[in-house]
Amino acid sequence: MKELSLNILDIAQNSVKAKADVIRIMLEETENTLSIKIIDNGSGMKKDFLDNVTNPFTTTRTTRKVGLGIPLFMLAAQQTNGTFSITSRHEDEYINDHGTEVYALFYKDHLDFTPLGDIVSTLTVLIQGQPSIRWIFDHKTHKGCVSLDTDTLKEVLGDVPLDTFEVIVWIGEYLKEQYNEIGYY
Amino acid sequence: MKSLAELAAIKEKMQNKVVLREGSSDIRVVVGMATCGIAAGARPVLNAFVEEVNNLELSDKVTVTQTGCIGICQFEPVVEIFEAGKEKVTYVKMTPEKAKEIAEKHLKGGKVIAEYTISNI
Repeated sequence: MKELSLNILDIAQNSVKAKADVIRIMLEETENTLSIKIIDNGSGMKKDFLDNVTNPFTTTRTTRKVGLGIPLFMLAAQQTNGTFSITSRHEDEYINDHGTEVYALFYKDHLDFTPLGDIVSTLTVLIQGQPSIRWIFDHKTHKGCVSLDTDTLKEVLGDVPLDTFEVIVWIGEYLKEQYNEIGYY
Repeated sequence: MKSLAELAAIKEKMQNKVVLREGSSDIRVVVGMATCGIAAGARPVLNAFVEEVNNLELSDKVTVTQTGCIGICQFEPVVEIFEAGKEKVTYVKMTPEKAKEIAEKHLKGGKVIAEYTISNI
C-alpha cells in the first residue's frame, strides 16, 4: 500500500464485515512515532483463527485462499522497527463486550516508514459506504487534535442520510479544516 | 470554520429531496474495496463516481456502493454496473478518469464503453 490511510481503509473493512456498529479509528502521533488503533464491536474472532490471522494463508474471503490485509499492515509497522498486535473477543464467549482491536506502532523517522497519506479520503469513503455504522475518529498529534463522531452529525441531520453527497463533502472539508487549524500539513 | 450550523442548513436543503429519493435506484455502481482493490487504487475511483453522479445530477437513479473481493484481483480496480433488465457490465483496471467517462457515457448516456470492460481483455 502506498499510504497507511489505505491500510486503515482496508482493516476497517474487516470490522464492517464483522458486523460492527461502532468502529473507532484512533491515531496518536508524537514527533517520531505514529500509533494506529482500529477498534470495533463486531463479532470477534475465535482463538484458533486469531492465532493464524497474521498468516497470509488465513482469510475470510471465499474467492481465493489468500488474505493480505493484516499481513501487509503488520509488515508496514515492523519494517519501521515498530510493533503490531491484534486482540479479539468472540461473540460466543463474550456476549456483551465482543470485538476486535488492531494496533500498530510506526517509527516515522525510519527509512521504510510509509506516510499516512489522505486519511480524510479514507474516512469519507468509509462513511459513504457504511452510513449506518457509528464512526469515531480521533487523531491526537503533538500539534493538536482532529476528531469526528458520526453520532454528533446524525443528531443534527435527523432523517437526512449521512451518505448524502453534500454531507460527505461537508465531512471532508470539516476534517481538512481541523487539520489546517492545528497546522498539520 | 465549518460548523454544525452549516450542517443543519444542508439538512434543510436536502429534506425535500430525500422524499424523492426513496424509490429504489435503477442503476447500481459497485466498486470492489477489498485489499486488492484498495491497493490498486479503488479509493479515488469510488470518489470519482460519487462526485460525477452528483455533478451529472444522477443521484435519483444511480447509487454508488462498495463490495469486497470480486475474485479477479489482477484486474483491479474493478467496478460492476447493475441495471434492472440488463446484463451486468464489469469494468476493469479502472482510473478516476475512466470513471468520469463511464458516468457521462454509460450512466447518463446509456452506452457501455466496451474498451474498458473485462470482455475486451
